[in-house]
Amino acid sequence: MAVKVIIPTPLRAYAGKQESVEVQAGTVGEALAALTGKFADLKKHLFSDDGRLRSFVNVYVNDEDIRYLQKDQTAVKAGDTISIVPSIAGGAHERANR
Amino acid sequence: MATKIGTAAPSPGDEKPTASLSKQEVMRYSRHLIMPEVGMEGQLRIKQAKVLCIGTGGLGAPLGLYLAAAGVGRIGLVDFDVVDTTNLQRQVLFGTSDVGRPKTEAAAERLRNLNPEIQIETFDTHLTSANALELFKDYDIIVDGTDNFPTRYLVNDACVITGKPNVYGSIFRFEGQITVFGYPGGPCYRCLYPEPPPPGLVPSCAEGGVLGVLPGIVGTIQAAETLKLIIGKGAPLIGRLLLFDALAMKFRELKLRKNPECPVCGEHPTQTKLIDYAEFCGIRGEEGPGTVTNVPEITPKELKTRLDRGDDIYVLDVREPHEYQICNINGHLIPLGELSQRVHELDSSREIVAHCKSGKRSAEAVEFLRGAGFRKVSSLKGGILAWSDQVDPSVPKY
Repeated sequence: MAVKVIIPTPLRAYAGKQESVEVQAGTVGEALAALTGKFADLKKHLFSDDGRLRSFVNVYVNDEDIRYLQKDQTAVKAGDTISIVPSIAGGAHERANR
Repeated sequence: MATKIGTAAPSPGDEKPTASLSKQEVMRYSRHLIMPEVGMEGQLRIKQAKVLCIGTGGLGAPLGLYLAAAGVGRIGLVDFDVVDTTNLQRQVLFGTSDVGRPKTEAAAERLRNLNPEIQIETFDTHLTSANALELFKDYDIIVDGTDNFPTRYLVNDACVITGKPNVYGSIFRFEGQITVFGYPGGPCYRCLYPEPPPPGLVPSCAEGGVLGVLPGIVGTIQAAETLKLIIGKGAPLIGRLLLFDALAMKFRELKLRKNPECPVCGEHPTQTKLIDYAEFCGIRGEEGPGTVTNVPEITPKELKTRLDRGDDIYVLDVREPHEYQICNINGHLIPLGELSQRVHELDSSREIVAHCKSGKRSAEAVEFLRGAGFRKVSSLKGGILAWSDQVDPSVPKY
């Protein structure tokens, strides 16, 4: 089923600069696998070496956090929106660009 | 001494405001007083409220201005920084003549001018594990407008420990996140993000920057949430994460849940004191996050000398195209994020000097290239900023 994955600003550089990517998937895990299959550089930003979703990245199906659903086994249906929401820290002043 | 005019109507079961408004204050706040959602009682609550703003930068600027204008009785400002020219693009509390002044001093002056009826307290210091609890103690609401992970976790934990709500806002380029953490029964920052990104995986600063108006919008939402908490009206952003995208001009809302296993606010907290947040975030000593060390470096002067005498050196610029447009030294542009796919464009038999803005991204690039089998590769020490300082001052610094 076609689901939309919304790519957050900090990760767009690793996803062909796209705001969202449509993938075919039946679960969140499949959707993320399809996404990182398309954009290999995204993988290390989303998953740790042991393959678990990084703790500063949350994934939502529509407005629900998958940690409180069935995690990567959470089913998705056509028209669902998956959001990747990493922590961002900016606010007071930007550190000098590297 | 001004005549006391307004007094609060008693509100059952709630702490009732005991202050009163002077004639001048009634005039000043009349647009609040005539709306029933605020009214005299709400305005007196605002007058008695004590709000601590962590950071007086992009988020703290609109926040401070609106809280002061609204008549928040005591506003604390914590910031260690001084105003610099690059701040003025978004930190609307400051003017050009403030460059070089401590931010808290310049901010306090501006806010006192805006509203002399209120108290402004300044803390020209870093917020640390040693001073946070003491600072928070005297305030009702803490507003987090900082710019780094260690301080965000510190603010969160100190809020949970002291039982104060944490009005949270953070921004990146044109995207913002806003919520209220630490409200009794509600989630905290650690429920959302148990751990910070490890250094090096923080989304590249090359992608940094911020649309000047974005902190204006996000900080103003934080001010609105703060005022709502004070007057006890409306639906606060507790358990809701508001995402804002200024480019798409879209707001989205996600559900936030309190994690029963949260180490700080969960049912069985494993951390009940403040910790070393630099260590928690994997940042030690003087090294910034993601610093790659031990790669071969070349100084700007050395590079200049060698280029001038005609050595065959391939200059690789690993910044972003928009940075290249600001200034460049005729390097071959491959942004760090594209290096892995475009490495075939490089000739490993030639000597390569990689550079970026200040030397961190190029160090990562050198490390990557060495891993890919390149041997004659080094990083320009201090980046194009150092080149501007030491070789060619006509190159603008940004």
